[in-house]
Amino acid sequence: MREEFEVAVVGAGPAGISAALALAEKGIKVIVFERGEFPGAKNVSGGVLYGHDLGESVPDFIRRECPVERNIVESRVWYLSVDGGFNVSFRDRAFEEGLSFNAFTVGRARFDRWFAGIAEEKGALVVCGTTVTDLLRDDGGRVTGVRTDRSDGDVTARVVLIADGINSALAAKTGFRPEPKPNDVALAVKEVIELPEEVINERFNVEAGHGVTIEILGEITKGMDGVAVIYTNKNSLSLCIGANLFDLMSNTVRPYEMLEEFKAHPMVAPLIKSGRPREYMAHWLAEGGYDTIPHLYGDGYLIAGESGMLFNALHREGSNMAMASGRLAALTIAGALARGDTGSEGLAGYAAALQASYVMKDLKKYRRFNRFLLNHKELFSTLPRLGASAAREMLTVDGISKKEKQTSIRRRIQGAIPLARLARLLWAGARSIG
Amino acid sequence: MNFVCCIKQVPDTAEVKIDPETNTLMRSGVESISNPYDLVALETALILKDKYGGWVTALSMGPPQAEQVLKEAISLGADAAVLLSDRAFAGADTLATSYTLYKAIRNLDLDRPVDIVLCGKQAIDGDTAQVGPGIATRLGFTQFTSVIEIRELNTYDRHITVKRRVEGGFEVVRGPLPTVITVDLGLARPRRASLPGLILSLRAVIDKWDADAVGAEVPKIGLKGSPTWVRRIFSPPLKEGGPVFDARKDPVPAVERFLDTIVADEELISELFKNPGV
Repeated sequence: MREEFEVAVVGAGPAGISAALALAEKGIKVIVFERGEFPGAKNVSGGVLYGHDLGESVPDFIRRECPVERNIVESRVWYLSVDGGFNVSFRDRAFEEGLSFNAFTVGRARFDRWFAGIAEEKGALVVCGTTVTDLLRDDGGRVTGVRTDRSDGDVTARVVLIADGINSALAAKTGFRPEPKPNDVALAVKEVIELPEEVINERFNVEAGHGVTIEILGEITKGMDGVAVIYTNKNSLSLCIGANLFDLMSNTVRPYEMLEEFKAHPMVAPLIKSGRPREYMAHWLAEGGYDTIPHLYGDGYLIAGESGMLFNALHREGSNMAMASGRLAALTIAGALARGDTGSEGLAGYAAALQASYVMKDLKKYRRFNRFLLNHKELFSTLPRLGASAAREMLTVDGISKKEKQTSIRRRIQGAIPLARLARLLWAGARSIG
Repeated sequence: MNFVCCIKQVPDTAEVKIDPETNTLMRSGVESISNPYDLVALETALILKDKYGGWVTALSMGPPQAEQVLKEAISLGADAAVLLSDRAFAGADTLATSYTLYKAIRNLDLDRPVDIVLCGKQAIDGDTAQVGPGIATRLGFTQFTSVIEIRELNTYDRHITVKRRVEGGFEVVRGPLPTVITVDLGLARPRRASLPGLILSLRAVIDKWDADAVGAEVPKIGLKGSPTWVRRIFSPPLKEGGPVFDARKDPVPAVERFLDTIVADEELISELFKNPGV
């Protein structure tokens, strides 16, 4: 006998759990399916979360012992050549006090378990080790439940929320979200390197409990559209590096080779010196942006989080968009259930709510960003090289006048990249994030 | 038929390492699992229940989080579960453990006479294989250890025929019920929980019995009731490689030296004759 639920959620990540939590709080009967042995078992992310979105779901998350690694008090941006690079950073007392937990690092295996536990306390049923293999539909094509890989594994639901991530097998199977093109995803690898807590405090110049994020662009991705990050955890560092999948394929570069070179970079090596590698993982990122977002609702179903390509590639914001979209999906579903209309029309409010939220506003604002990076490979080759050589020359004291140095630098830049191209690049760049 | 199945929560020993400096188990971050032998015991109980009808109670002793293994048992089809949990039970060796489980089984027996108690042959963390026989002795039940096949269960004449592993081979034996059976891994392959079973287990509230509820005498449980304790854990020293007889250049003297060496080693000769397969 099939059990009936009001809502079935596929995936116990940030999108699925924030939806399940919001639904359970309203007394709605919700079941969540997770293919990993526990929530977070299969999840990979850089590891930064934002207090705003988590606070919307769990206002007292600190008091409820959210497993925070470090509260981020400083953000750095590096632009690297092969042998060195530029560093811009910003730190503010506000992030230690008033805006504490604006951003913080977490280990996803622990965080997701904790987050799912909160939803369970509110009455959501979280079923792990169970893969949703297909959706149930009636003759009219309307989604009526899910089929899992267990015996007697069908469950009927009035609404199904698809939140099984970028690697969504379900989205591919149902065709609700076409398989992303190589251009629209990045392949990233991550290594977690263990270091004593005090060593991290010293190397990053922070107090206990405080942390730093570093976002890195430049020649580290070997001329490919890509990015690297270093995040501080309590007693480990997360190093991630990734590049556009199409670029990786056409350059036949293996991500782990890129990671090894990144670890040996003169600005990175001293930070991880004598650290012990603990974990290694790989993940896709939805980088295609606004124009690759599929239709996010239909008869009896909704899509949230990275299954719906909701990811801000420029600001590396995925988990919080997942939480925001999951919560908006829950609100829509609650309204639809109350009105008794869980068809396409009844769920249409979801799209409107997303459009009105920061999720779609941000994604729309940066919709040209992915294409901009893909079309301007000099950002990852010529420009960091020229910048580094100019800075090196200006800082070298060798008896040559600064004026002569500037002239030679200007000539070198003009020889490497036509000024018109540079101007166009700056214009396109500004427009892509404008 | 009324079945009781004993299940222990153990660290996933595939992931446990021994700290080379302190010689203690490094358990932090290691997931806890149901002892794999006990899952075979449960599967056997479920198969017998499917065939002959009856009731399966899963029983575990451990800290509150051991509830997890009983939830797993419910998800797989156990009809009831009882967790024996009390600070007073902590630090129990196999003697105290089998006493506590025996008292609990006696309680269950009062409700509904127990026909077959099933245990794993041993637990993967302690490897003692003593608790099953300890329970049987106290209950006064017949016992069959290292069972790899159940040949016949006669519920009318109340006897059971099993094939069990013994040193150097197997034996097929028959004995009367009630009985305690400890199972080897080959006996059955644990099933995967159905979805309704899994959902049921997530909602299940597991009965918890403390020392009072079990009716245990305090001097016989926990650390107090345990005459044995672990004094030290150590990693065995790495074995040195044996002698090498290089027969590449001149085989005859090398083989001669080899034969002289093994003939001189009485222990090795007797080993060789004991295990003709080697």
